[in-house]
Amino acid sequence: MTVYTFDGTMDGLLTAVFYAFAFKEQPEKLLNEEDALPLFCDRVYKVPTEEEKARRVWVGLEKRLTKEAMRLISVSWLSELRELSQPLFQYICKVFRQGDISRNYADPDVLAVTNIARRVLHEQLRMKQFIRFQKAKDGTYLTVIAPDHNVLPLIISHFKDRFRDQPWLIYDAKRHYGFYYGGESVVRVTFENEADVPFNLEDGKLNDDVLSADDHLLQDLWRTYFKAICIRERMNPRKQLNDMPRRYWKYMTEKQNG
Amino acid sequence: MLTEKTMEKLRILAESAKYDVSCSSSGTVRSGRQGMVGNTVGGVGICHSFADDGRCISLLKVMLTNFCMYDCAYCINRRSNDIKRATLSVTELEEITMEFYRRNYIEGLFLSSGVVRNPDYTMERLTAIVRDLRTLHRFNGYIHLKSIPGASRELLNEAGRYADRMSVNIEIPREESLKLLAPEKDHQSVFQPMRLIQQGVLENKEERKHFRYAPRFVPAGQSTQMIVGATKETDRDILTMSSMLYGQPSMRRVYYSGYVSVNTYDSRLPILKQPPLVRENRLYQADWLLRFYHFKVEEIVDEEHANLDLGLDPKLAWALRHPEAFPVDINTAEYEQLLRVPGLGTKSAWLIVNSRRFNRLTSYDLKKMGVVMKKAKYFITCNELTSQFSQPIVGINELRPERLRPLLVSKSEQRRAAEELQLKLDFKEGCD
Ligand code: SF4
Repeated sequence: MTVYTFDGTMDGLLTAVFYAFAFKEQPEKLLNEEDALPLFCDRVYKVPTEEEKARRVWVGLEKRLTKEAMRLISVSWLSELRELSQPLFQYICKVFRQGDISRNYADPDVLAVTNIARRVLHEQLRMKQFIRFQKAKDGTYLTVIAPDHNVLPLIISHFKDRFRDQPWLIYDAKRHYGFYYGGESVVRVTFENEADVPFNLEDGKLNDDVLSADDHLLQDLWRTYFKAICIRERMNPRKQLNDMPRRYWKYMTEKQNG
Repeated sequence: MLTEKTMEKLRILAESAKYDVSCSSSGTVRSGRQGMVGNTVGGVGICHSFADDGRCISLLKVMLTNFCMYDCAYCINRRSNDIKRATLSVTELEEITMEFYRRNYIEGLFLSSGVVRNPDYTMERLTAIVRDLRTLHRFNGYIHLKSIPGASRELLNEAGRYADRMSVNIEIPREESLKLLAPEKDHQSVFQPMRLIQQGVLENKEERKHFRYAPRFVPAGQSTQMIVGATKETDRDILTMSSMLYGQPSMRRVYYSGYVSVNTYDSRLPILKQPPLVRENRLYQADWLLRFYHFKVEEIVDEEHANLDLGLDPKLAWALRHPEAFPVDINTAEYEQLLRVPGLGTKSAWLIVNSRRFNRLTSYDLKKMGVVMKKAKYFITCNELTSQFSQPIVGINELRPERLRPLLVSKSEQRRAAEELQLKLDFKEGCD
């Protein structure tokens, strides 16, 4: 069996495609460098990540695939799932041999990549639904998230378009970075010392000394509304959990105590 | 200024508004604008939360006031009810909307009101709020405005320039039932404003052909609601009305609201221990068939089957009545034909149509693609035709509908349907 190993980056994966064609072979497996190797390998090749080769493969893909298919590949990568690399690698190799197969869902690799991309897209929608801002004294609206996948880059344009007249910060506590919008453009931010931030990473709550004066009242109003709008004769907690999974609740105002 | 008092008012007015089931923020795409806050997204809109009853919370659904001079029997806010009444001030309502929106709690506002003094007076105040939101608060998010029956054409025309969607609820599909329960109303009072909105939309379309920047008039069209289970209307009555309404170009959604016994003392109404949720769900499924699956009303309900089968989804019920339409060949059938197969939705049909261009599909491929075969397998043929090597295909025509039916109805579905039929017995005499 031929096995390639790579450094876990997108560039690494694309470089692996480059070498598979350079060596005129189709490795059975593409593994992460830290992964355990299978028992019987005839040949193990450690792919040296090379930006230029990766770029050439990407450009080649762009020539063969539709914009939509290219986007799905990028989106699938944001899943950060280890199990993506093998089918994605095979899918890309197949595109260079067979052309645009992006809509052939009977192909297991196309299907796997598409399904992973769908999961990511589903979660970015959930962020658009469930993000709750609090207003700080200085007028900045802040929220903390911890999504399963790295969806933050996918939702920025939505929030920039929607809240263009208010400064905001969306911070991913799991991946330790966020995006800040100050009225002009969006910048990526990280904190040198995360322990010093004026909000709680566990529940997303802004510290009282920086919270704007009427924010508590607004949060209470929202919780009151949330309770009042429910029709008790129609209780359906199962549907609620299905559409709004519990793992998102910890940052949601209506599910927090005042 | 928002205060603790606002909280109590908001509670009362949300409770009063919640039986209007329309919630969606769909039907219009409008990106953000310089100097304004908000946008509207396409597709089905965004649900920002889900209440404990599982319903989507997309818009701030609230009444300006729940005082009402009318006495509609099915309504919690009717004049003769002894409930807490409240009125939000115009500024309170605007402030809550803006503050909620800026915190990403909501997609926008769904505003309605009880009728106070007279329809025009009420409509004027509603119009003032949506005007303020757009021009003063520079609000560019979603606004759904309930129109007050009997309000003047001028007011409707003005409100429509600010609202994304407007609605007038029919509530009761047959006029004689409506008159019985809502003496101040008749169909005319509902259809008249609907027609005015429709006219506004059409004129606006014409206008925008010539002036691209003419302001849009209710770009997300109108919607309406019918109460289910408060009167003796059959599903055929209801769906016939829906289909007629969908025939109007501006009608986007008809909602069905399982009647919640709010006014148990009124002998014109049935006392239901539970709202008829199964029936409501079947109606939504039938509505879905009308809008996206190219079904006609007569195919779903007819004289003989005037009510939907509570134990079966309406597409399956249709298929069981029409064995001659099957089996459908997955590899050659038209998209519309695929949509008629029980268990195949628009997504599955789309996957099939795309993938079969590359290779002939087998049932194994379908399963891998995530197509649920539980129902579908009795209604399709795939690549693997009967041969001595494979199992003979047992489909609807081999099994016959009457033997297939029990295989496809789950125990729990049957139980829920039976329970709901039981509830119907509580219909009081003299309801006709
Ligand atoms: S007019 Fe509207 S608010 Fe008033 S009683 Fe009738 S349905 Fe209720």
